[in-house]
Amino acid sequence: MALLEVREVTMKFGELVANDRVSFSVEPGAIVGLIGPNGAGKTTLFNCISGLYRPTGGSILFDGKDITGLTPYAIARRGAVRTFQVVRPLKEMTVFDNVLVGAFLNCRDHREAFTRAAECIALCQLEPLQRKPAGELPIGGKKRLEMARALATRPKLLMLDEVMAGLTSTEVKASVEVILKLRESGITLMIVEHVMEGIMPIADKIVVLDGGLKIAEDAPGRIVSDERVIEAYLGAKYSRRFKAREEGAPLG
Amino acid sequence: MAEPILKVNELYAGYDGIPVVFGVSLEIMPGELVAIVGANGAGKTTIMRTICGLAHPLRGQIMFAGQDISRLAAHRTLKLGISYVPEGRHIFAKLSVEKNLALGAYAEKSAAEIRRRQEEILAIFPVLRERAGQTAETLSGGEQQMLAIARGLMSRPKLLMLDEMSLGLMPSMVDKMMETVTAVNRTGTTVLLVEQMVQEALEIAHRGYVIQTGKIVQTGVARELLDSEEVRKAYLGM
Repeated sequence: MALLEVREVTMKFGELVANDRVSFSVEPGAIVGLIGPNGAGKTTLFNCISGLYRPTGGSILFDGKDITGLTPYAIARRGAVRTFQVVRPLKEMTVFDNVLVGAFLNCRDHREAFTRAAECIALCQLEPLQRKPAGELPIGGKKRLEMARALATRPKLLMLDEVMAGLTSTEVKASVEVILKLRESGITLMIVEHVMEGIMPIADKIVVLDGGLKIAEDAPGRIVSDERVIEAYLGAKYSRRFKAREEGAPLG
Repeated sequence: MAEPILKVNELYAGYDGIPVVFGVSLEIMPGELVAIVGANGAGKTTIMRTICGLAHPLRGQIMFAGQDISRLAAHRTLKLGISYVPEGRHIFAKLSVEKNLALGAYAEKSAAEIRRRQEEILAIFPVLRERAGQTAETLSGGEQQMLAIARGLMSRPKLLMLDEMSLGLMPSMVDKMMETVTAVNRTGTTVLLVEQMVQEALEIAHRGYVIQTGKIVQTGVARELLDSEEVRKAYLGM
């Protein structure tokens, strides 16, 4: 059974259709990348899944149960937790305490919450920064904090919204390592990302949105030669040239 | 050998101290038409904004016509001969085409000179001549983009920088826009073009730079880049 099932989800803002009957599923233990040009509707879809928006149409099933239209905290308690592209830590509190807040969602007592927070701090490579006020972290640190805080809630599904944007290539590599470790620990991941060299090599499946519609859903290796994807990213003319070249090339 | 008109050296740039451009170097020779292509969010606009002084380098240096312009404000780089046509056109909707053009020559005081430039420029943009008296909002999307470029030329730039001209235009209009840019370049204006539409940009450019997440990953003769695997990789990550 899929952990997350998005069925025909439509989200309209007045006349604007930000998501148009989008369907896909996320299998347990997978890393699924959600990509698309700016304005494709990726964050809107995240907002629908995580309960910030109530979709205009369609339904969302998590762990076999309908979560469509539930509040964000109810969805988080069931184990689907997200991060935000624009990070907003509790600035005056220390990094550790920020993570601790997340840990209290699903820990029975203080001791367990402290242990959980410390684990997440270590996993996200925040140990050297943990006593600092969160507002003082550099952007890379803030992005990792955003991940650690969500992780502390013990999610089944962790949804990451552009955690690699604005990072150096070394930091991108570090984030990729953290993501792979999370998957090893049994967490399913759905990742919105513009940094393609970050997401493509590690995803089991990529879902591509363009103009609110799902235009492709496949393994990364096939996505990069998908005509509609190339058209969305590089333009129709280039896509035609690419196709002609592929067809002209000797087989095998 | 001629000196480059623009030389960007190991540029780091971004917003609020957060870099999105990491160590980019470029060189443009006088009279060249150069394209920077790359996916959304790769840092193309940031490079242009930093060149023209709307943002300043976090590190690195920008030389224009032999002068260090790294810390100059936009109104100063304009006077030196850099004109930036931003993405989204930003024309004055309620003003006539003529007034929009005149505002492009705001730094020029002589009315006769402004008229002379306008005549010259309208020769390259015949459609705007037909519409000279109309308010800009009555123009089609493509015509508005033409107006934005024409206005950018009114300051008589040595270097014209065009940001995502093709955005939201239908394919035939995009082709027309590219032809116009070629015509502008033939008059001797150096052009730096930023585009997501790879083929369209590299067809008219002499040379191209491919940018991926804030870094130049490939550079060369535009035609050769079109067949390079690196280009698709830069957009799609593998």
